[in-house]
Amino acid sequence: MSNSKLASHNPGRKIFSTRFATIVVWIITICWTIPTLGLFVTSFRHGADIYSSGWWNVIFHPSFTLENYKNVLVGGNSESLSSGVLPYWINSVVITIPATVFPVVIATMAAYGLAWVKFKGSDFVFFAIFALQIVPIQMSLIPLLQLFTGGVHIGTTTIFPALGIAGHFAGIWLPHTMFALPLAIYLLHNFIASLPRDLMEAAHVDGANHFKIFRQIVLPLSVPGIAAFAIFQFLWVWNDLLVALTFASGTEEVAPINSKLASLVGQYGSSWETLTAGAFITIAIPLVVFFSLQRYFVRGLLAGSVK
Amino acid sequence: MSDFISTTSPKLLQLVVSVPLFFLIIGLLFFIAGKANGKKQRPLAIAVFVGPAFILLATGLVVPAIRTLLFSFMDPDSLKFVGLRNYNWMVHDPNVHIILRNTVLWILFVPLVTTGIGLLLAILLDRMKRETIPKSLIFMPMAISFVGASIIWKFVYEYKSPDQPQIGLLSTLVHMIGFGPSNWMLTKPLNTFLLMIIFIWTQTGFAMVILSAAIKAVPADIVEASALDGAFGRKLFRFITFPMVRSTFIVVLATQVVGSLKLFDIVRTMTGGNFGTNVLANEMYSQVFVQFDQGKGSALAVALFICVTPILTYNIIHLRRERQH
Repeated sequence: MSNSKLASHNPGRKIFSTRFATIVVWIITICWTIPTLGLFVTSFRHGADIYSSGWWNVIFHPSFTLENYKNVLVGGNSESLSSGVLPYWINSVVITIPATVFPVVIATMAAYGLAWVKFKGSDFVFFAIFALQIVPIQMSLIPLLQLFTGGVHIGTTTIFPALGIAGHFAGIWLPHTMFALPLAIYLLHNFIASLPRDLMEAAHVDGANHFKIFRQIVLPLSVPGIAAFAIFQFLWVWNDLLVALTFASGTEEVAPINSKLASLVGQYGSSWETLTAGAFITIAIPLVVFFSLQRYFVRGLLAGSVK
Repeated sequence: MSDFISTTSPKLLQLVVSVPLFFLIIGLLFFIAGKANGKKQRPLAIAVFVGPAFILLATGLVVPAIRTLLFSFMDPDSLKFVGLRNYNWMVHDPNVHIILRNTVLWILFVPLVTTGIGLLLAILLDRMKRETIPKSLIFMPMAISFVGASIIWKFVYEYKSPDQPQIGLLSTLVHMIGFGPSNWMLTKPLNTFLLMIIFIWTQTGFAMVILSAAIKAVPADIVEASALDGAFGRKLFRFITFPMVRSTFIVVLATQVVGSLKLFDIVRTMTGGNFGTNVLANEMYSQVFVQFDQGKGSALAVALFICVTPILTYNIIHLRRERQH
């Protein structure tokens, strides 16, 4: 069989013809996109229209408004911006950025320490951290919340005083940081341990200490690994509900937009003009991050698939 | 407006102070520890690099996990030991049986469908010329929170009484093919499967992307050689391509099993665990934060831990082996 014939036959990968594959993939893609499209279109429809006809009717009777977004964001009253979801959206930003930065930095440091400042038992410590990935968050919630609110006591003896950070942003940053570490250290250790040994040794010979090596060699070279994990963590925290419900207690002071959205479902049942716009305000940031940084996101997911 | 500014500015202040402060502390630690010389240098470096992570992991995961294990043998307020009472409840309570049945349905049904459609898409994409747009669109739900996804699908499942116009896509489609719509979220056991569809919708793109990468990584010369030996089409897939992506397939499958076991947000948002749709992770949350029974909640958390351990251990060992190649 000649090469040209092979190529024209497209060797055997062929289970489906190209045309068949294209049609099936596009049908699935459309099915996958329609639910989101329906919500998106509805969020721009007038309240009365939403209940009197299906969203697909906009093809025949296009009529749109920004009213829903205004109502959800600022609570229908632009004088008092606090009655909408805007404060919760801001909470999400205030929660997510530190809850991404802290674990990334602490994990990068630990990964370097375990990979390049070898000490007796460093391999064991790495393995133990690595094994911690199997502990579900649910296993730590109750005792951790107790620690934040009341400290730890045996009988009347206080072993650990109350941290008093429950209901504050710090009380949400901290659990997110803790829960992210096993995966983060594991990922970044893989990355940092594979940096060239010669480079480290040359730096030591030149008289650089570990701190200088970390800042000037390890950090710049680890940027791709750090970026992949940071994006994964950012989306994880922004989209989280369990940690938010447990540690943020649903108040306007600290609760993130995602938990607010979950409570809107319960509150208004099916007030679709509120829910559709609220949902889009919530998912807008993750979608922007997703579409602009998709490549890093895939890398982070691939490695993070055990979390 | 002014009340908004007065509540928002302290929040933003916390943000703009906390992050630089954090870097300042780390920088200071580096500076002080960097001054040390001679024998003290190494232990100090170890303490600064590994210490923070060690303390956070010990207080945030190790100690709490052990305490949860202890709580699972204690009364609702974790004051005195009650032996195996909470586990006994898990084995004998009929409500828990429904929860366990649902959880089993989730881990049987969801991973197979997700990974199956993911594999089909990966194979089809391999045959396509312009795959970027469909790939992105199918993968997109992965970036949406489960709460957001639930609202998207709640709208699809929306039901109105027959005298009103149906605005939900599902009700309308069912009506078009000649059946009366029903109140989907109240229909057992269909409602559990409708909730699964939401999870499948978010996860299929993940399975697709990873399997697609694995299929593309099958060396072209192996495919060509087998083509010369007369392996085409299904035969080639069955004997050459699939065996080479099998390990990825199993890892994706296992990931989906763990995801289904831990699932909480969708059930909570859609039905609150009512109408026979409850699952393990949601019941754990309700026991602790609605019923205020830390004993039962902890026992459920331990059950969850026992279920995910073998699967994640397999996954981790596997990923590790793969990375060493």
